[in-house]
Amino acid sequence: MTDLTAARWLFGTSLAFHIVFAAVGVAMPLFMVLAEWRWRRTGAEVHLDLARRWAKGTAILFAVGAVSGTVISFELGLLWPRFMAFAGPIIGMPFSLEGFAFFAEAIFLGIYLYGWERVGPRLHLASGVAVAASGALSAFFVTLANAWMNSPAGFELVHGRATSVEPLQAMFPPGWAHEVIHVLLSSYVATGFAVAGIHAFFLRRTPASAFHRAALAIALGVGGAAALLQPLSGDLSARQVAETQPVKLAALEGHFETRRGAPLHIGGLPDAERRTTPFALEIPRGLSLLAFHDPDAVVKGLDDFPRDTWPDTLLVHLAFQLMVGLGSILAALSLAAAVLAWRGRAVPTQRRFLGAVVAAGPLGFLALEAGWLVTEWGRQPFTVRGVLRTADAVTPVRHLALPFLGFVALYLFLAVMVAILLWRQIAHAGPAPAHAAAAGASP
Amino acid sequence: MTPADLLGAVILAALVAYALLAGADFGGGIWDLLAAGPRRAEQRALVEHAIGPIWEANHVWLILVVVVLFTGFPLAFAAVSTTLFTPLVLLLVGIVLRGAAFTFRAYDDRGDRVQARWGLVFSGSSVLAPLLLGVIVGALASGRLRVAPDGTPLSAPLAALSPFTAATGLFACALFAFLAATYLAVEAGGALRDDFRARALLGGVVVFLTAVVAAALSRSEAPVVFHGLTGRRWSLPLHAATAVAAVGAFAALLGRRFRLARLAAAAQAALIVLGWGASQYPYLVVTDVTLASASGPRATQVALLVALAAGALTLFPSLYLLFRVFKGERPFSVVDRRPARRA
Repeated sequence: MTDLTAARWLFGTSLAFHIVFAAVGVAMPLFMVLAEWRWRRTGAEVHLDLARRWAKGTAILFAVGAVSGTVISFELGLLWPRFMAFAGPIIGMPFSLEGFAFFAEAIFLGIYLYGWERVGPRLHLASGVAVAASGALSAFFVTLANAWMNSPAGFELVHGRATSVEPLQAMFPPGWAHEVIHVLLSSYVATGFAVAGIHAFFLRRTPASAFHRAALAIALGVGGAAALLQPLSGDLSARQVAETQPVKLAALEGHFETRRGAPLHIGGLPDAERRTTPFALEIPRGLSLLAFHDPDAVVKGLDDFPRDTWPDTLLVHLAFQLMVGLGSILAALSLAAAVLAWRGRAVPTQRRFLGAVVAAGPLGFLALEAGWLVTEWGRQPFTVRGVLRTADAVTPVRHLALPFLGFVALYLFLAVMVAILLWRQIAHAGPAPAHAAAAGASP
Repeated sequence: MTPADLLGAVILAALVAYALLAGADFGGGIWDLLAAGPRRAEQRALVEHAIGPIWEANHVWLILVVVVLFTGFPLAFAAVSTTLFTPLVLLLVGIVLRGAAFTFRAYDDRGDRVQARWGLVFSGSSVLAPLLLGVIVGALASGRLRVAPDGTPLSAPLAALSPFTAATGLFACALFAFLAATYLAVEAGGALRDDFRARALLGGVVVFLTAVVAAALSRSEAPVVFHGLTGRRWSLPLHAATAVAAVGAFAALLGRRFRLARLAAAAQAALIVLGWGASQYPYLVVTDVTLASASGPRATQVALLVALAAGALTLFPSLYLLFRVFKGERPFSVVDRRPARRA
C-alpha cells in the first residue's frame, strides 16, 4: 500500500464513518423537536416519551459525530497539508462559520438533553429548534467547502500559489446551491428511513404500540417528504454538474463520446480502455434530456478531456447508479406511504408495508454514502478540480498504513459499540412504554 | 497590530478558554481515574454530573483553534501537522475515546461491568489527551521542530519527544486536574467537598513541582521560551501575577472560600497559557514559523476577524445561558454566599 493510497483510505474511512453521524446530527434533532412539540400541543405522553428516547439516541450519536468530526479537522492537515496550505485561506470562511454552528449545536444540545427539569418549556423547545437549525447550518457550511473543491473560485492561480483571494466569492462557488440542497435532503432521507425502519420493525411485533406509531409518523413523514423532493434536487444537480464539471458528468454516466442527443446508460460497466459502456440499457437522447432538458443537446464525453484527468469511470458510474437506484426505491416507497396515509387518514401500519419500510431502513444511508463517493471519486485525480492533484496534496509523512489500520480498528470498535448501545436503548423501550418517561428522565 | 497579530491573539484566547473549560473536563476524567476512599462512587457521579452537559461545547474551542489556524496561518497548520504527526494522531485517539466512552457510560445506565470498563476507557483517555496536549505545546516551544519555508518537515518524526516535553505533558495533566478539583469543590457538598478540596491542594502542589521541572529544563531545551519568560519587560509582572493567583488559590482553598479559589485557579491557568503564548511571540513553531511567515492572504485574515466577531455575538450569550442553566444562578460568582448544593 503506497502512502498516497493509505492516506486516501484513511481519509475516506474517516469521512464514510463521520458522514453517518453528521447526517444523524442534522436530522435527528428535528425529529426529537417535532415529537416534543406534538407532546406540548396535544399532551399525549407517548410523544414526550418519544422525544426523550430520541434525545438519548441523539446524544450518543452526536457525541460520536463530534469526536469523529474532530478527527477529520485534524486529518485535513495530517494527511493533506499541501492541500490545506494552499486552500486553507480560501475555504477557511465556511469552516470558521461551521465552527460557530457547531458551538451552537453543542451548547443547545447540552441544554436540551440535561435541561428537561431545569429550564422552562419554551426555552427547552427553543433549544431543540436551535440544535436542529445549527445542525443543518453546519452541514450547509461544510458542503460549501466541498462545493469549492469541485468548482474552485474566488482566487487567481499564479505559479501554483493562490493570489487575489476573495473569501466571500470562494465561499459560494458555482453550483454551491445544488450540492447544499442535495446534501441536506439526503440527511433527512437517510436518517428518516433508518429510524422508520427500526420503529417499523417493532411495530410489526407489537402493532398496537402508540409509541412506535408516533415515531413512524414523524420519521417517515420527514424522511418520505425529503425522499420525494430528492429527485427534483437530483435533476438540478445533474444540470449543474453538466455545466460546471463535465468530466464528472461523463464519468458518472459512462459517457465516452461527445455527441448530440446523447443516450442515457442505465446499469452497465464502463470500460475505460475500450471507451464503451457494455451491458447497459440505453435510453436514446436520455442523457441530453436529463442534463440539459433538451433531447438534442451536445453532451461532452470523456474523450474530450486528457486521459490523465479522468476519474475511475467504473467506480463513479457504479456508485452513481447505486445512489439513483436506491433513491428511486425510497421515493417510490414514500409515494406509496403518502397514498396509504391519505387513504387511511393515519400512518400506514399494514404488515407488508411495514416490512418494506424495515427493508428500506439501511437504503438511505447506502445512497448517501454512494452519492458522497460519486462526488469524491468523480473529482479524482484532483483534490481541487483542475488546480491541485491528490498526489500533490498528500503529506510527506511516511508509513501511513499504520495510522490507517489503527483508525479502522477504532471506527469498527465504535460502530459496533454504538450499534449495541442503541439496540439496548430500544430493547429497553419495551412494547408499551407509556409510563417509562419518568424512569428515562434526564441522566 | 496586524490582522495576523489579532488572529494570533484570538488563537491564544481560544486556547485559554479550552484550557479553563475543556482542560477541567479532562481533569475531571483524571479524578475519575484516581477516585478513592469511601466516597469513590459519589466522586465519579459528581464528575459525570459536572461535565455531562458542557463537555461537547467546551471541546469546540479546540476546533476553533484548528480552523483559525488553517484559515489564517495555513503554512503553520501544514508545518504543525507534519512535524507533530504522531503526537497529534495519539491526541485524536485520546479525544475520540474520551468523548465516546464518556457518552457510552453515561447513557448505558445499567451499572454493570461493561459500564465500569467504559469508565476506565474514559478516565484513561482523559489522562492521555492532556498529556499529549502538553507534549505538543512543549514541542512547539522547544525549537526542536524544524520546518522548511514551504512547510516540509526537516526534523525527525519523534523530535517532539524529550525530557522537556515529557515535563510539559505532566504539567498539563497536573494543571487540568488542579483546575477540575477546584471547580468540583464548588459544585460538591458535604464530605465530597472536602474530598475535592484535598485533591485541589494536592493538585496544586504537583502543578508547582512539575512547573519547576519544566522551567528548569526549558533553560537548555526551550531557550526561546525560557528567554521570553525571564528576559522581557512583562516577565516579572507576569510571574508575580501568576504567583499571586497560585498562592491565592491555595489560601482560598485552605480558608474554604471555594468560589474564590476557583477564580484564582482559573486566573492562574489563564496566566500560564498567556505567558507561554507571549513568551514565544511571534513564533508559532519556534523558531522556523512565525505569525507573519505563516500568514495567508490579508483579505482572508480580515474576513476571518469579521466572521469571528460576528460569531462571538452568538457564542457568548449562548455559552452564558449554558453555564447559567447548569452551574447555578451565579455561575461565575466568586462569593460563597450560600452553599451551592446541586449534585
